[in-house]
Amino acid sequence: MSKKVLETININKYFYDPVKFRVLSDITMSINEGEFVSVVGKSGCGKSTLLYILSTMDTDYEGELFINGKSLTKKTDKDLAVIRNEHIGFVFQFHYLLSEYNVLRNVMLPGIKLAKYSMPEIEHRAMEHLRTLDMAEQALKSPNQLSGGQKQRVAIARALINDPIIIMGDEPTGNLDKKNSDMVFEIFNNLVKERNQALLIVTHDPDFAARTHRTIEMADGRIIS
Amino acid sequence: MNFTLIINIAVNLIRARLKQSIIAAVGVTFGIAMFITLLGFMNGLNNLLDGLMLNRTPHVRLYNEVKPSADQPVLISKDYKNNTNFIESVKPKDRGREIYNSKAIINILKQDKRVIDVAPKVTAPVFFNTGSIEITGVVNGIDVPAEEHLFKVSDYIIEGNVFDLNNENNTIIIGKGLAEKMLVKIGDVIKITTIKGGLVSLKVVGIMQIGIAEIDNTMSYTSLRTAQMLLGESASYITDIQVKLTDVLMAPEVAKEYQAKFKIDVIDAQTANSQFETGSKVRSIISYAVGITLLIVAGFGIYNILNMMIYEKMDSIAILKATGFSGNDVKWVFISLSLIIGIVGGLFGLLFGFGLSHIIDIIPFETASLPTIKTYPIDYKITYYVIGLTFAVCTTAIAGLFPALKASKIDPVEIIRGK
Ligand SMILES: Nc1ncnc2c1ncn2[C@@H]1O[C@H](COP(=O)(O)OP(=O)(O)OP(=O)(O)O)[C@@H](O)[C@H]1O
Ligand SMILES: [Mg+2]
Repeated sequence: MSKKVLETININKYFYDPVKFRVLSDITMSINEGEFVSVVGKSGCGKSTLLYILSTMDTDYEGELFINGKSLTKKTDKDLAVIRNEHIGFVFQFHYLLSEYNVLRNVMLPGIKLAKYSMPEIEHRAMEHLRTLDMAEQALKSPNQLSGGQKQRVAIARALINDPIIIMGDEPTGNLDKKNSDMVFEIFNNLVKERNQALLIVTHDPDFAARTHRTIEMADGRIIS
Repeated sequence: MNFTLIINIAVNLIRARLKQSIIAAVGVTFGIAMFITLLGFMNGLNNLLDGLMLNRTPHVRLYNEVKPSADQPVLISKDYKNNTNFIESVKPKDRGREIYNSKAIINILKQDKRVIDVAPKVTAPVFFNTGSIEITGVVNGIDVPAEEHLFKVSDYIIEGNVFDLNNENNTIIIGKGLAEKMLVKIGDVIKITTIKGGLVSLKVVGIMQIGIAEIDNTMSYTSLRTAQMLLGESASYITDIQVKLTDVLMAPEVAKEYQAKFKIDVIDAQTANSQFETGSKVRSIISYAVGITLLIVAGFGIYNILNMMIYEKMDSIAILKATGFSGNDVKWVFISLSLIIGIVGGLFGLLFGFGLSHIIDIIPFETASLPTIKTYPIDYKITYYVIGLTFAVCTTAIAGLFPALKASKIDPVEIIRGK
């Protein structure tokens, strides 16, 4: 049996504003190495909320979260930042690149932060990722000189730079046309095949979901299948 | 923590908002430049005014004060040992104002390493006779080379030459006010009455002007020998020994020591000129207060601009946090950003401050009463520059701290969800 990279036990989350409201109820799930999992569900059912918790950015929840077998509940902001930096790659619906830096620098930044490799090495790895994503020519451009699909590929390259154990995406293809969306799917699929990468992708696209290994369906803050 | 990376991010944030950053830095530059100029100018004036007094007063002066005997008979009596004594019956002894054994004291003083030079002096109150009126005044018998070495008296001689006092006996240099009152010029002979009643004729060989009317109206210089002769005293008669030290700040301490050693009255420059010190202190405080106010205003400018920048850069902060920067890292990004603005602005401030001081320094400033001053005085003390830069760094750090803390607390989820 392959290794569990992410596991949750009975995660509950409430919002208190304007009235107390249970967004997530008893979420228990796990994702294995090399598994490509999609999350689907009606708008407002709590998919994004769940993803923010899994990505350690939101710590205001009940229940337990394990990444790579380690419990993350009650860790400090600093420890969580390190875990996010090293083990989790995140791709947002909107590209979210830093406009102060060029494409290459954007991809390198989490690597420089981790400081596991030397600068030339990080640069080399960043270029490699950009090349696999067919973005090498745009490396020195500024993010706002790119198209939506190109930006999304840069964001994927950035998510990959530290060899995370899991990549999460919140509707990464939500803003893309069919062609670009297919391209992103292919990139994800290759990552799973070639690097045994675990992927957890929230999507509204039934085609996209159908082609993944497993689909988690949510409704009203619960996992229904 | 990876500071090169954090500073790199800060620099890139500044570059992305270059105009605002420059405006913030200019605020600091202006504050510091004004601080430096103000302090330099104020203290230049202070030093000028102090110098007017201090350069011409000895750091330590040894003399004989006329005072009642310290050993009053009541104190010697054993019966009244524990009582408070109100009776002082023994009047001042007629020791005169002469310093005994002055030659030996001068020799000892000259060997002291802290002493630059020693100048003996004889002062004698006299009357200057003009027509039927007698003007009260003072004759200072000076050892011309020593006096010139210590106090540069030649600076204040507007006509004639101090060394003429030595070249010819019975010569005198008088204050400008005195000369005008008596209608005398160089070469004229004036008559002086000493307090013992003697009448002496002296030839005027120079006119001096110090710039303080009170002194210029009463003061005169003769050679030591002439003054001794005036008083009918021998060549060993000295009333004051003036000492200049390598560091004026040691004066009170040295004065105490000499007092104990020579059993003589000793006064230090600080005590003698305490009223001048108060004036300069007040002026210093005012200039510091104004300078620091300017810097605080600049600090508010930085605070505003940083706050604005953080609102604009919410997305960037959220990305940094999502990709593994902790709140602490983000805090340091903004603190560094603020410090960079502070240091760059501050350094330019020092430069402009120096430039401005220099411009003031070359503006002509000539008054008849200050013959040695040709331009406005400026004090270029390095301390002001150090204080200025330190203060710039502190203000900007504090101004940056609050926005930085705010940035560190930004919840990336809220920003990302907000899209
Ligand atoms: N900060 C908040 N305060 C209160 N309620 C919130 C807050 N954020 C989200 N919600 C509510 O929580 C529920 C889940 O929101 P979430 O964004 O997770 O939905 P989602 O499944 O991602 O929807 P979509 O598919 O449209 O993105 C929604 O009903 C939303 O109104
Ligand atoms: Mg959502």
